[in-house]
Amino acid sequence: MTLLEFARGPALTVALTVFIAGTLWRIFRLATRPAPPDRSAPRVDAAAAGALLGILRRFWPHPRFGARIGFSVFIGYLYHIGLAVIVFAYLPHIEFIRKLIGVGWPALPAPVTYFAGGVTMFALLIALMLRLTDPVKRLLSRFDNYFSWLVVFLPVATGMAAFDTAAGGFNQTYIALHLLTVELFLLWFPFGKLMHAGLAFWSRGITGVKYGRRGAMP
Amino acid sequence: MSLESNRPAPERVAAAMNAFVRDFTRESAVHMDACIRCGHCAQACHFYTSTLDPKYTPINKLEPFLHAYRRTTAPWAPLARLLGAEKGVTLQELESWQELIYDACTMCGRCTLVCPMGIDIAALISRARHGMFAAGLVPEDLRAAAERAENEMSPLGATPKVLEERVDWLEDEHGVKIPLDLPQADVLVTFSSIEIMKYPHSLVAMAKVLKHAGESWTVSTKGYEATNFGMLSGNRDWQHDMSERIIDAAIACKAKTVVLPECGHAYGALRWEGANVHGAPLPFEVVHISEYLASLARKGRLRLKPLAKSLTFHDPCQVSRRGGASEAPREVLAALGVDLHEMGDHADAAWCCGGGGGVVAIKRADELRRGAFRIKMEEIDATGAELLATSCANCRLTFDDGAAYHKWNKSMQSLTELVAERLEG
Repeated sequence: MTLLEFARGPALTVALTVFIAGTLWRIFRLATRPAPPDRSAPRVDAAAAGALLGILRRFWPHPRFGARIGFSVFIGYLYHIGLAVIVFAYLPHIEFIRKLIGVGWPALPAPVTYFAGGVTMFALLIALMLRLTDPVKRLLSRFDNYFSWLVVFLPVATGMAAFDTAAGGFNQTYIALHLLTVELFLLWFPFGKLMHAGLAFWSRGITGVKYGRRGAMP
Repeated sequence: MSLESNRPAPERVAAAMNAFVRDFTRESAVHMDACIRCGHCAQACHFYTSTLDPKYTPINKLEPFLHAYRRTTAPWAPLARLLGAEKGVTLQELESWQELIYDACTMCGRCTLVCPMGIDIAALISRARHGMFAAGLVPEDLRAAAERAENEMSPLGATPKVLEERVDWLEDEHGVKIPLDLPQADVLVTFSSIEIMKYPHSLVAMAKVLKHAGESWTVSTKGYEATNFGMLSGNRDWQHDMSERIIDAAIACKAKTVVLPECGHAYGALRWEGANVHGAPLPFEVVHISEYLASLARKGRLRLKPLAKSLTFHDPCQVSRRGGASEAPREVLAALGVDLHEMGDHADAAWCCGGGGGVVAIKRADELRRGAFRIKMEEIDATGAELLATSCANCRLTFDDGAAYHKWNKSMQSLTELVAERLEG
């Protein structure tokens, strides 16, 4: 079995299994924590609106904090959007997803996704620099923060390196490494902060409901 | 040597852990799991902003609570224990975090405003205090105040007897009537001990307003003190007792409305937590005095002589940002006809005065609190307003202390007193 066959075969199966089972377990454990009812009389009886507002409002920083956190938010947006473009708009990735789940969609031109890859790597490096140099971020950072950064950065870096411009095609070893780093990402996803991809909506929604019913900013 | 220091460390840690685990509800768990450690919350905290010390980053104040969660309850807690990735919380860790959980957090909730995950850090701090209380790790002056509130009905010695004496004196001095213990009334009025002991004119102002409105009202000597030091200190049982006194008093006099005093945390404790502590919806409406005044103004029951001055309003965090009643005082100020000069950060975004959450009762926190108070001074000076007012006696006390310390020539006024002074007829 070659490295590529290993990456495409058993490694992918294990990674996807851990990713799906781990994510479901974490959601199940959180969902089954006790949730005492709020018996206070609501000022505004609109839980769904509160949740929705709470989720949507936090996509953009509160205007009073723009100057203080704007750069950090901007860098965050850069690599989040970049990652979305790479994962969901690059033709080989769409083909990979189509083979996996049977659903596909049109791709963006390859140069656009390569540009997105470059921007993403740059933004991730800036984010790491901020984490290492900002006293607050440095104090708060744990293994999870650095390892999560690594498992996001590696697939982008190996993916960018996989295209052999001289040969006009993909380097198979790099493709194998790329797949393995993606699998590392999948393996780590349920255990660390990467799960904020879904938890962000849940967390914002809870606060949105709570403060929305009080008539406060959700 | 305190009694607590005689308890074995493992027993105190176990008590803290048991209390922590009880508080790991779905909301707490999701919020702790969702944190990405971005540190944006630091930028919203008056204690971080005034010191630039990263330890005051709001989410960092919860480290022992987070450790306990990851070791006992988090989805991967069994794995963390198996791999030794999460050591147990030690007494030393809890002791070293006491300052951050009590002295350096007013539970103002400004950090939630900036958090991209919407984590309610103030609520988590409030829950973490339960464990700290169980471990005997409450700052002594705050604990003593809470104990007085539990045993004597007031953290500041405003016992029922003292209240009756004050009411007698105020009725004589100001020619007002403050009806005590009526068997039946539509409105039950409550006070803050700070008002009773330090700003008694607030009681007179309340009486004048209620008379002006032609309200049927009373004050109960069995449930008059609304600042809930049980909640602030982290003692769940005391919080329950303090809320129940007012609830029982309101039920006893068949009150339709309980009016809470100019006190932010009193609002959070009864308006938003009262029914949860009681275990059932409350059979009466709970309103803050600013909401009550706004309601009177809306109904045309507040006839006021205009106050032709410029004024800036300091929002009590628990009433505005965490309580949803930011507009009420502004309606009252509009009825007064003042020229309102808003601070740069106001209403939901207002900076805390630095004295909430019991911090003003903790002597050793004075320096930190007074440093943070500079933020308010600068914001208020920038408005150029002639007057400043608030609807929280605790904020007012913090302002008085801060102004005296910094030799600042401004004086905080009570919204209710301003209204009472301008009543027509």
